Amino acid sequence: MSVPGPSFRECLRRSGFFPFRAAAVKILQLNITRRCNLRCRHCHVEAGPEQGRQMADAVLGKCLEVAALPTITTLDVTGGAPELHPRFRELVARLATLGKRLLVRTNLVVLQEPEFADLVEFYARHRVELVASLPDARGERTDRLRGPGVFAAIIEVMRRLNAQGYGRPGSGLVLDLVHNPVGAYLPGEQGALEADYRRVLAEQHEVEFNNLFCLTNCPVGRYLEYLQSSGNLGDYMLALQAAYNPAAAGRAMCRETISVSPDGTLYDCDFNQMLDLPLAGNAPADIFSFDHQVLAGREIVIANHCFACTAGAGSSCQGATLPIADQQRTAVI
Amino acid sequence: MADDYYEKKDLQDFPRIVEQAPEQGRAFFDYYAKATAPGALSAREKALISLAVACVRHCPYCIDAYTNKCLSLGLSGDEMLEAIHVGAAMVAGDTLAHATQVRKILRQKEM
Repeated sequence: MSVPGPSFRECLRRSGFFPFRAAAVKILQLNITRRCNLRCRHCHVEAGPEQGRQMADAVLGKCLEVAALPTITTLDVTGGAPELHPRFRELVARLATLGKRLLVRTNLVVLQEPEFADLVEFYARHRVELVASLPDARGERTDRLRGPGVFAAIIEVMRRLNAQGYGRPGSGLVLDLVHNPVGAYLPGEQGALEADYRRVLAEQHEVEFNNLFCLTNCPVGRYLEYLQSSGNLGDYMLALQAAYNPAAAGRAMCRETISVSPDGTLYDCDFNQMLDLPLAGNAPADIFSFDHQVLAGREIVIANHCFACTAGAGSSCQGATLPIADQQRTAVI
Repeated sequence: MADDYYEKKDLQDFPRIVEQAPEQGRAFFDYYAKATAPGALSAREKALISLAVACVRHCPYCIDAYTNKCLSLGLSGDEMLEAIHVGAAMVAGDTLAHATQVRKILRQKEM
């Protein structure tokens, strides 16, 4: 994927970050299935009901071993819809015993299905932090991106989660939402959007959440196909490049994360997973040869799609990486 | 108009206008940043004002930038168009308000 100006590698070099190296391995992100009950238009892993790839038992077992390492502080379970993995409950229950921060990325809609209705209570019992995609606080845009009826389903499930204590002050049960732009533009300031989400969702739907994570759409998977078919790819890459922020590069999530694919292959992030860009050099190729020391100092595999994580306030699986005061003003208007 | 006026890529040069008259240029950008930052008005309100002004002033760069900014802040197409209608109404209003000057001269001059 080319850009007319300096490449991502060149931008890193100019800002003193090349070669780009990991600083630690604190977050273990497990992509346990590509299957999903939805087929969202922005999905970078191209998940859907027809996808069959899911993590095998041997890989799951090894992931549980690695998750127990003291250097790993956050366990991040994702998919697809991770709930659709046949051993999902067992995996989450065992990860929960490790006493670490445990996140599940859920589309919420799946919790409407009768066979998953118990998961609201299950999540609460295991103190799982939920991270749920809600591209817009208003239904029209959310449904345009994720499918008809998805917004109403999310609101219904949020009410059940709120009733369980999720998103309520003082409960300790965390329900975070994820905002993605519904089109070929970059997300706005996270604090402003969070305030708007909080107001609209409370006033119009009487539901609550903890934090809003703003994610910049990465030009990978279905979102890349959208950019190409709509003629927006060139402008979008220019916008990402113009918003390159060295401070966000320093805080990039890949510097503390390892992403594990369903077959156990290790990647710097799940965007690289989708692009089949495995770890570089002598870094272990898969979870079975996990070596914390080598991984913690590895050189990260980069390409121009990485501009998505360094634009403006930065973008990671946990939202912006920089507070507004630290954002470099890279664009004037 | 020749093709090389108002090209999208021209905007990338805007921050570099400080290469000449740097003191004034930097003063402008500092002022611009302060004026458009959230304060008593929210980021969303200021973005809508900016979009309406961009349309009133016929600035293609600003229309592009602030349509994107409004989208980024979660504003809907209806909200953006309502803001532009306010701008349009103000332009129509200040045009017609000048009719009072015409009427004043008419009263003075006509027998």
